[in-house]
Amino acid sequence: MQYALLIYRRPDDFDGLSEDEQQAISAEYYRLRDDPHVIGGGALQPTTTATTLRRGDAQMLVSDGPYADTKEVFGGWYIVEAADLDTALDVAGRVPVLRLGGAVEVRPLMEGPH
Amino acid sequence: MVASLVGFLGDFDLAEEAAQEAFAVAAERWPGDGVPANPGAWLTVTARNRAIDRLRRERRLAEKAQLLEVPETTVDEFTDDFTIEDERLELIFTCCHPALALEAQVALTLRALGGLSTAEIARAFLVSEETMKRRLSRAKAKIKHAGIPFAVPAAHLLPDRLGAVLAVVYLIFNEGYSGRGELAAEAIRLGRLVAELLPDEPEAHGLVALMLLHDARRAARFAGGELVRLEEQDTSLWNGTQIAVGRRSLDRAIALRGRGPYVLQAAIASLQTEQPIDWPQVAALYEQLSKLTRSPVVELNRAVAVAESGSPERALAIVDAIALPDYQYLHSTRAELLRRLGRREEAAAAYRRALDLAHSPRERRFLERRIAEI
Repeated sequence: MQYALLIYRRPDDFDGLSEDEQQAISAEYYRLRDDPHVIGGGALQPTTTATTLRRGDAQMLVSDGPYADTKEVFGGWYIVEAADLDTALDVAGRVPVLRLGGAVEVRPLMEGPH
Repeated sequence: MVASLVGFLGDFDLAEEAAQEAFAVAAERWPGDGVPANPGAWLTVTARNRAIDRLRRERRLAEKAQLLEVPETTVDEFTDDFTIEDERLELIFTCCHPALALEAQVALTLRALGGLSTAEIARAFLVSEETMKRRLSRAKAKIKHAGIPFAVPAAHLLPDRLGAVLAVVYLIFNEGYSGRGELAAEAIRLGRLVAELLPDEPEAHGLVALMLLHDARRAARFAGGELVRLEEQDTSLWNGTQIAVGRRSLDRAIALRGRGPYVLQAAIASLQTEQPIDWPQVAALYEQLSKLTRSPVVELNRAVAVAESGSPERALAIVDAIALPDYQYLHSTRAELLRRLGRREEAAAAYRRALDLAHSPRERRFLERRIAEI
């Protein structure tokens, strides 16, 4: 099965960390991409760069900022190939965000048509 | 039987339907053909074959291809020594997976491993049958779509996952202990099953011991609708055989070097069935338990044991350090300690505070009686 590990981080989770510490954590995110279960992933720029679209009655509404104002924000994802949820949870448990006050949501991907 | 079918089919609904169909076939055939030599095996094989037929009909071949490669067993092939693999342990771990909500874990465990129908489970948890049906089908859908494994967890996960299983069993027991007896019996049966399937896990034996020892005093807990405190219980109403069986489980847990929360609680329950009770020993066990669990309720029980050991002042100091301002039993315990220390005014005030927080009519009557006595 394939799972998405959705990473929710606190926007300020790197504040107060030294340059070296920040680099070490980034390196950890990259290393996780080498795990044999991980088949893809990506990281997002901060929510200050986000633009959100909604369809109004007459026209498209464009606004500055993320879709929802929340304490933790969606920051990136991994795609994992795993036999079952326990294996996916094992990988998710190694995402550094968990040490930085964030959370990882594990969701199975829909299977495509065969 | 359902456990073995879920393991084989990897699908709860399919397994349950197949089992029902097999029973229907049996009801039709056995009266005419006679009961087969091994009815359990006959039912399981019939159910498997029905399920395979159904999958073929549905032609979901891509998804289930590997299943269809399993050769079909014919009913003539098996004899008395046909054994069905015991997959109940896998089933318990699936039902109690932490990715499921606790209430769903409880309902699934009772449905899949207990002997209760959906309607009976709904009644026991005071929800409508419709609600319970929805809860069960949502949980089964999550197991299927999220890929919750049908397996005994890997060694590094086992302590946590076993903890989750035991917590579900104990929760079922406590639902039963506070009135619905059939749930307590069901919980004891489930606990024994876990202990039998994981014979080297001390906490599993500890939980069985704890449940048996508490349940053995059931008949003495209430007299004429009133709650009876431990020291006032009529010990002739205790079930001595069950106490002995509980102690054997406790001995086994201790021999396995168990010092976990269930083992400690069982050891306390065991001491409390002895006459006279060794209160200093009970207090020492509560102290260990308190260090493990950091639970204020355990601290409160430790205070009671310290008081019974002859130190009400020390007990009062423990109670006054507990931050549980809205907990009825904190105030009733405090009241009792103050009464023993001769501080009647303060005792009456504490009893009244407890009465404000008490809900059950039985307990309210008990507290009113105490206030009147002062």
